Amino acid sequence: MDRWEGYSGFLLEMIRAAGAEIGDEVVVERPDGSRFRGLLMFKGELSAENVLVLKLSNGYNIGVAVDPSCRIERVAAGRRPAFTRPPPPPQKSGLPRVKVIGTGGTIASRVDYRTGAVRPAISSEDLVSLVPELSELALIDAEVLFSLYSEDFTAREWEAIAERVKRVIDEGFDGVVLTHGTDTMHYTAAALSFTLQNPPVPIVLVGSQRSSDRPSSDAAFNLMGAVWVAARAPFGEVVVAMHAWHSDEAVAVHRGTRVVKMHTSSRDAFKSVNATPLAILSGGSLRILDSDYHARGGDGFTYAPGFSDRAALVKFYPGMGPEFLEYLAEHGFRGVVLEGTGLGHVARRWIPVIRRLTGDGFFVGMTSQCRFGRVNMRVYNTGRDLLNAGVVELDDMLAEVALVKLMWALKRAGSLEELARLMLTPVAREVGARVLPQGVGGV
Amino acid sequence: MSYEELGLRVGLEIHRQLDTRHKLFCKCSTSPPAHEGSKLRVVRFLRETQSELGEVDQAARFEARRMRRIVYEYDFNSACLVELDEEPPHPINPEAVRIALTTALMMRAKPVDEIHVMRKIVIDGSNTSGFQRTCMVALGGEIVVDGQPIPIQTITLEEDAARIVRAEADEVVYDLSRLGIPLIEVSTGPVLYTPALAARAAEAIGRILRATRGVKRGLGTVRQDLNISIRGSGLMEVKGVQELELIPRVIEYEARRLKHLLNLVEKLRERGVAPGAVEAQPIVDLTEVFRESGSRVIRRKISEGGVVLGLRLPGFAGLLRGEGDVRLGRELAEYAKAWGGVEGIFHSDELPGYGIGEDEVREARRLLGVGDSDAFVLVAGREARAREALEAVRMRAAQACTNIPDETRAALPDGTTVYMRPRPGSARMYPETDIPPFRVSREVLEEIERSLPPPLERVAEDLVQRYRLSSQLAWELIDSEMVEEFERVVGLGVAPSVVASVLTEGLKQLRREGYRVENISPSHIYDYFRLVSLGVTAKESALQVLAEIARDPSLTAEQAVDRLGLRAPPIEEVKTFIEELVSSVPAGERGSAAGRLMGELMRRYRGRVDGGLLNKLLMERLRAR
Repeated sequence: MDRWEGYSGFLLEMIRAAGAEIGDEVVVERPDGSRFRGLLMFKGELSAENVLVLKLSNGYNIGVAVDPSCRIERVAAGRRPAFTRPPPPPQKSGLPRVKVIGTGGTIASRVDYRTGAVRPAISSEDLVSLVPELSELALIDAEVLFSLYSEDFTAREWEAIAERVKRVIDEGFDGVVLTHGTDTMHYTAAALSFTLQNPPVPIVLVGSQRSSDRPSSDAAFNLMGAVWVAARAPFGEVVVAMHAWHSDEAVAVHRGTRVVKMHTSSRDAFKSVNATPLAILSGGSLRILDSDYHARGGDGFTYAPGFSDRAALVKFYPGMGPEFLEYLAEHGFRGVVLEGTGLGHVARRWIPVIRRLTGDGFFVGMTSQCRFGRVNMRVYNTGRDLLNAGVVELDDMLAEVALVKLMWALKRAGSLEELARLMLTPVAREVGARVLPQGVGGV
Repeated sequence: MSYEELGLRVGLEIHRQLDTRHKLFCKCSTSPPAHEGSKLRVVRFLRETQSELGEVDQAARFEARRMRRIVYEYDFNSACLVELDEEPPHPINPEAVRIALTTALMMRAKPVDEIHVMRKIVIDGSNTSGFQRTCMVALGGEIVVDGQPIPIQTITLEEDAARIVRAEADEVVYDLSRLGIPLIEVSTGPVLYTPALAARAAEAIGRILRATRGVKRGLGTVRQDLNISIRGSGLMEVKGVQELELIPRVIEYEARRLKHLLNLVEKLRERGVAPGAVEAQPIVDLTEVFRESGSRVIRRKISEGGVVLGLRLPGFAGLLRGEGDVRLGRELAEYAKAWGGVEGIFHSDELPGYGIGEDEVREARRLLGVGDSDAFVLVAGREARAREALEAVRMRAAQACTNIPDETRAALPDGTTVYMRPRPGSARMYPETDIPPFRVSREVLEEIERSLPPPLERVAEDLVQRYRLSSQLAWELIDSEMVEEFERVVGLGVAPSVVASVLTEGLKQLRREGYRVENISPSHIYDYFRLVSLGVTAKESALQVLAEIARDPSLTAEQAVDRLGLRAPPIEEVKTFIEELVSSVPAGERGSAAGRLMGELMRRYRGRVDGGLLNKLLMERLRAR
C-alpha cells in the first residue's frame, strides 16, 4: 500500500504539498469557512476523485469534497494502519500433525482499502493464531503457497498445489488442509482428485463465504471443521469441507469430484451433486454418509500430475450454432465437454460438424446442464444421432469435473478411443455411480 | 446540591425508525408482514475482529469473552438473505438518505459530500454480521429550545438491530424482522445542563423528525440514548429510554449515582486504599465453608457442581451498602452479572443474611484474611463463570479507588439504570466495503431545500386557521401524530372539531378504559367516518364502533357498525316515527313539547342517526302544522 492510496490528480498534489500521508491527522478548511478534522484514510475506487476521506474522532469516515481553493493542513503524524496478530495459543502435544497450506481466498483475507473490497492478506499463520481452537485439534504447521483469487487459478496452480501436497504427504503429515477461494474450489478439488489418487491421508479444501475480517465470518468454523477432518477422518480422499447449511452447526464433507458451488454468497453454497456428501461433521463427531471410501492409510496412492489446457467447456443454448466447436478446433483445442440440454442434446444441425471434428480426432463429450441426473443419449433420435457422430456420453459426471478430467486425460491418452475409455473409467469416483434422489442421505 | 454545582452534562442521541418502503440495505419491507410466513431457526457464533487500526474494541472483547450461541428466528416475509448475512448488502436506500438529508437541513446541519457506510462492531448477536452498518450524513446543526440554541453534533443513518426474544447465559434468541429498518440518529452536544432541558430538547428533536413525515410512529419506533456525566466522572451512555417522561428521571438517578460513587472515590482515597492493593487480591475457593450453608441458593449451586469463590476488598468496609437505590454493592453485582453471567453476589455489608450464618461469615473472613476495615464479596456458581464474575468485581472495585469508568448502561422502566458493558471506542468502526459511497450532490440538496416540509409550529397554526380548531386541540393532533388521518377524514366533509376530538380525546379515553387502541388502523378510522359522511351511521357512535374494532381488529368499520346495531334505519322509517310522535301530541301543545319529543327521538336513534338531522326533521314536521 502506498502512502496516498486511492488519491490522484490535484487532490493528491494538495495532500503531498501539505506533507500528509495516510493515517496522519489533517485539517481541511474550505472557503465557506467549514472545517473538518480527522485522520486521512485510504479511499476506494468508487469514491469521487475530488473527495478526501477522513476518519473523525468518533470513528466515522466521511467524504469531504475539496477544490484547489481549500486548505489542507497536517496537524499530527498518524499511526499507520497495521495488523497485529494475537499471540498464538500454547500448542497441545500428542495430536495429529496437520499441514495448512494457504492458496488465497476469503478464508484468509482482510479489507483492502485500495479496491474497497476483500482481498487475501492474512497468512495462514495469522489465521491459526486467530482461531486458537485449532491448537486443540491438531499440531498445526501452516505455510502460504500463494495468495490468489480463485478465479485467477489455472492448471499451473493445480499442478503446483498437487506437487506441494505430494511432498507434504511424503513428509508424513496426518492430513492436509488447503485454504482456497471458493469460486473455483470445486475445480481444484477435482484436479487434485485426479492427480493425487487414493491418498493415504485426507486432503481437505476449505474456504469461506464471509470474509475473515468480520465477526460473523464462516472462516473459523469451516477451518476448524477442515482441520478436524484432516486430523481424524477415517478416509484418505480429496474433499471439500464447508458449511452444511446457514447455521454454524455442521460442516459437510463433499467428495472432490462430486461437489459444485451452487450459490453466489450463502455459507452453504457447496453441494454434492449426484451423490450424498461423504460425511457430516457436527458437534465434534463425524457422521459418515457414504461408507464406500478409500480408507486412511489404504494403499494405491498414485501421483499422476499434469494437465493440458487444450480442452474447453461449452454450454449449449437454443439457437447456438456449431461454429464455436469449429473455432475451438481451429485454435488448437483437442476436445470439448458440452453442457447439453436435458438427457444430453444439442441442436441437430450440429451433427455434421461434430461428425467431421471427431473424424479428425477432436474429442466431444456430453454432460447435462440440468446439473442433476445422468445423461442418456439413447432415448431420443437426436441423442442417438449424436452418439453416431462420435459424441461420448459422460454418464453422471459433473460438467466441471468432466472438463478437468479431460484436461488431465489429454496428457495421458493418445487416440480418441483411449481418451473415451479413460474418460469413462472411474479414477476418483467421478463417474459411474448409483444416483439416488437428491437430498437422500441425511442432508 | 444543584445540577450546576455537580457539573451535570447531558447529550442526547435520539433514534427513530424511518418509514421507508424498503429496509436500508435490501428490498425487504419495513412494515410488519401482513401474514406470517415460513419460519427458520439459524444458529450462529460471533468472534471478535480487529479494526483497520489494528485495535480490538473493549466492548467487542467484552462480548467475545462470553461466546454465546446465537439463535436467529427468521420469517421469510420480513427478512431475506441480507439480514441472514448470507448475501452482501445492496447500495444504501436513497429514500432513507433523502429523509436524513431533509432532517439535516431542517436542523441547519451540514451534509457530508460523500456518505461512507461504516461497520460498527456489535457482537452481542443483535446484528447477524457482527456489526451494525451506520453512516454519517451531516454534522454541526442547531435547534432552538426555549429560545436557547442547542447544537446538533451529528446526524447518522444506521440499520436497526434484531429484536431480542430472550437471553440466557449460554444462548440468546433474536427475531430478524426488525434488522435493517432504517434508523436516524440525531445527537446533541453534551450541553444539556438540567434534566428538564434534556427532556425538552428530546421533544423538540422528535417534533422536527415527525415534521419530515418520513418517520415511523408508535411503540418501539423511538429510542433515546443519554450521554450523562458529572464533573469528575466518566461518561455514561444510557441506552434505550423509550418514553420521553423517563428522560428526567434517568438523569436524576444517574446524577445521584455518580455523586455517590465520586464520594466513595474520596473516602477510599482518605482511607489510603490504592487500586493496586485491590488488584493484588487473590480469588479464593471457599466451597468447603459453604457446603452446609444456611443459604438455599448456595447449597443448590454447590449441588449442581458449582463452587463458592471469595474476594477480599481491602479498606472497603461499610462502603458497599450505600444509600437507597445507589450502592457500590449493586454496581459490583452488575459487573459480576454482565461479565460472568452469574445471578448475583453476596457482600460483607449485608452479611450475615440471606441464610448465610455468622459461622460461615467468620470462616470466610478468616480464609480471605478480611480485617475490620475490609469488605469481601462472594459468588456462587460454575467455576469459570464465578471466576470471571469476581475478576470483574475486582476490576471495578480497583477502579472505584480512582474514578468512575466510562460505561454503557441500560435504562430500566423504573427510571434507574443497569450496567451493560464497557463503553465502545472508535476502534470498533471500520469501513463497510460492500457498499459504495453515496455522493450527496448539490442539485439534490437544493431540491430538498426547496421542498422542506413546514415545521410543526406552522402545521399547528395552519390547523387552527383552516379548521378553526383550538390551539390546544391542534397540538394534541400533532402530538398524537394524527394530523394526516385528521386531514383525510375532514376531506370527507365531516366536521373538523368532531374528527379532532375523536382522534385525540376519544382515543385517549378508550386507552384509559383498557382498549388496545393500537389495533385501530388509519383505514379503520377513515372508513368509519366515510360511513358517517354517507349517513350510514351517526357520529355519536364513534367511540362504540372504535372500541369494537379495538376488541376485534379483523372487523371492517361497517361490520363493527352492524355488529353493534348502529346502522341508520331508512329515512322513511324515521319520518314515520316522527309522524307518530307528533300525532300523539295535541296540536296546541306541540310547540312546548319539542324538547321532550327530541329527547325521545335521541333515545331511539342515538348513534344511528345524526342528532342534527333528527332535530331538523322534527322541526320541519312541527312547523308544517
